[in-house]
Amino acid sequence: MPLSLTHLEFIAFGALWTVGLSAIAFVGGALVGFLLALARISPSAIVRRTASVYIQIVQGTPLLVTLFLFYFGLALVGFESVPAIMAAGLGLIIYSSAFLAEIWRGCLESVPKPQWEAAECLALTRWQRMTRVILPQAMRIATAPTVGFLVQIVKNTSLASVVGFVELTQAGKIVNNSIFEPFTVFIVVAFFYFIICFPLSVWSRSLERKLNVGRR
Amino acid sequence: MSYTFDFGALLPFWPVFLEGAWLTLKLSALATVFGFVLGTLCAIGRADGPQWVRLLVASYVEVIRNTPFLVQIFLVYFGFAMLGLKVSANTAAVAALVVNVGAYTCEIVRAGLESIHKSQVEAAECLGLTRPQIYWHVIVRPAIERVYPALTSQYVLLMLASSITSLISAEELTAVANRIQSETFRSFETYIVTGVIYIGLSFLVRGAFSLFALVIFPRRRKLGTAI
Amino acid sequence: MSAVVSLANVHKSFGSVEVLKGVTFDVGPGEVAAVIGASGSGKSTALRCINALETINSGEIVVCGHKVHDHTLEKRALRRDVGIVFQSYNLFPHLTVAQNIMLAPMSVKRMSKADARALAESVLARVGLAEKADNYPEQLSGGQQQRVAIARSLAMQPKLMLFDEVTSALDPQLTGEVLKVMEDLARGGMSMILVTHEMAFARKVAGKVIFMHHGKVWEVGPGAMLDDPKTPELKAFLNSGL
Repeated sequence: MPLSLTHLEFIAFGALWTVGLSAIAFVGGALVGFLLALARISPSAIVRRTASVYIQIVQGTPLLVTLFLFYFGLALVGFESVPAIMAAGLGLIIYSSAFLAEIWRGCLESVPKPQWEAAECLALTRWQRMTRVILPQAMRIATAPTVGFLVQIVKNTSLASVVGFVELTQAGKIVNNSIFEPFTVFIVVAFFYFIICFPLSVWSRSLERKLNVGRR
Repeated sequence: MSYTFDFGALLPFWPVFLEGAWLTLKLSALATVFGFVLGTLCAIGRADGPQWVRLLVASYVEVIRNTPFLVQIFLVYFGFAMLGLKVSANTAAVAALVVNVGAYTCEIVRAGLESIHKSQVEAAECLGLTRPQIYWHVIVRPAIERVYPALTSQYVLLMLASSITSLISAEELTAVANRIQSETFRSFETYIVTGVIYIGLSFLVRGAFSLFALVIFPRRRKLGTAI
Repeated sequence: MSAVVSLANVHKSFGSVEVLKGVTFDVGPGEVAAVIGASGSGKSTALRCINALETINSGEIVVCGHKVHDHTLEKRALRRDVGIVFQSYNLFPHLTVAQNIMLAPMSVKRMSKADARALAESVLARVGLAEKADNYPEQLSGGQQQRVAIARSLAMQPKLMLFDEVTSALDPQLTGEVLKVMEDLARGGMSMILVTHEMAFARKVAGKVIFMHHGKVWEVGPGAMLDDPKTPELKAFLNSGL
């Protein structure tokens, strides 16, 4: 049974959910990740260590296991039926926060030392130093790798299919279960992922190039 | 919240967990070796091959980097079936891992190859070495040494990504964990333990790569510095 | 007595810029030729053309019987007869000094490891660095690295040695050890062409000094020519202390 337009529409709809879930993961991950990045460069050793441990745990565990943990774990802890989007969303937010934190910490640390010193010498408070001097520069450096990581987020939303969330991959599986053309279906699914991710990848690379030109 | 943790229920399953970890390591090791060879060949092809090779490799890398690994596994798995080949889930898993990590290896090694200064190649040419000899002795060996940390990180990621192969019923740690939690109903504990084992495996793999570096890079062993 | 190197009316352009505008000179067997001139005069380019590192646009270059101007030339055959040492030594950083020297004899001449090692040790002794055989390049000073580079080329037993400003990147106190090795080589009868800024060395060691100016051979003569320059350009060059 061939792939019909209705099937294509269903898959395309899944792609929309992929974009939506990616946005949730990115926004949530960015908020938490930002705080974590600041924690990683905090003057307090305890804060630094705690953040570091969290990041290492999340980075050292496969996302799939994290998702299972949330899905089954939340159910057992008392939430009767966890909506798939919640388990998937939470898992992806935790995952993104750790990686974004590391990326942004690197960017904060690559703002040249003289900038930190100059800001201190101007008698700005730590808060002022961060917002007026350091962060604007760090953000410039961070744009390319952050966009690059966005691609990772989009790809990783495919795992949400495992907890039943109907994003692009799950849509593909559902269509396949009715027409039994797995290769064709997943080529279409791959194609949708590609047209979402490829422009982001290209953009990230061009940002990187522009940045390097500016820093020569 | 009225949940009582009971890690004790998992104790009798320790050998099963260990077997799963061992299977994950085997899968990852195989994929690492073949993926490295594939990636390095692609990198050389992209740096020095004819136009069509460069285009082919570039397309391969872009497709892999912009599609999810889960979808790649499905395509490899069903691809084999389409070709009429009956392969075990683990074989399909290794194949998919190799194809995936090959693309990332290609990019890492390519950066290494490009970091070798033209003057090194010139000096080797002036000594009369053939192109393949120059590639091996002067370009590839120091390039690999230079990108070794990036390669190590990539192969640790590979080991973590192998968990996804459980979704085509490959035998490895996550598949084992799924079975255990369905038998004991202790999902929280099972997946926490699984996570901890993966973290442990990450350290193990990194340590193994560090030791390996000391063996194959005598310069690093003797001088302790990076190239 | 046929020349080891002969250039006849060689022209070479990089894009639209003509760097060599009809260069002609000869170097005979056992002769030491020093090529001097200001930067941009084309001297390094001429040297690189001799070893087929650059292709010429017109003219003829014959080196040890090889027709270098012929585009179908088998470069590896040429390079078995010609050794070249670069300003930035270009030692292979991931190999020890001995391995650097042994690489070509083993790969190109199919020498056994034991023979190559013996060869490496003897050639290192010639440049005075026998005890550094198992060190890595980064553990050596600039002068020592350059001497290893010379040894590496010598190990292939070339008929002609080219030196491209080999002391220019060295601290002044390290140039002496390298120049001494080059002088020993010259005395031993090696045919050599050196592009150099070391006027005193050229005066003392070179049998022929070639002054290049704006891509042409401007004045040729024995070392004594430097005490008594004929052309105003050479006078100006020597006075400017370049």
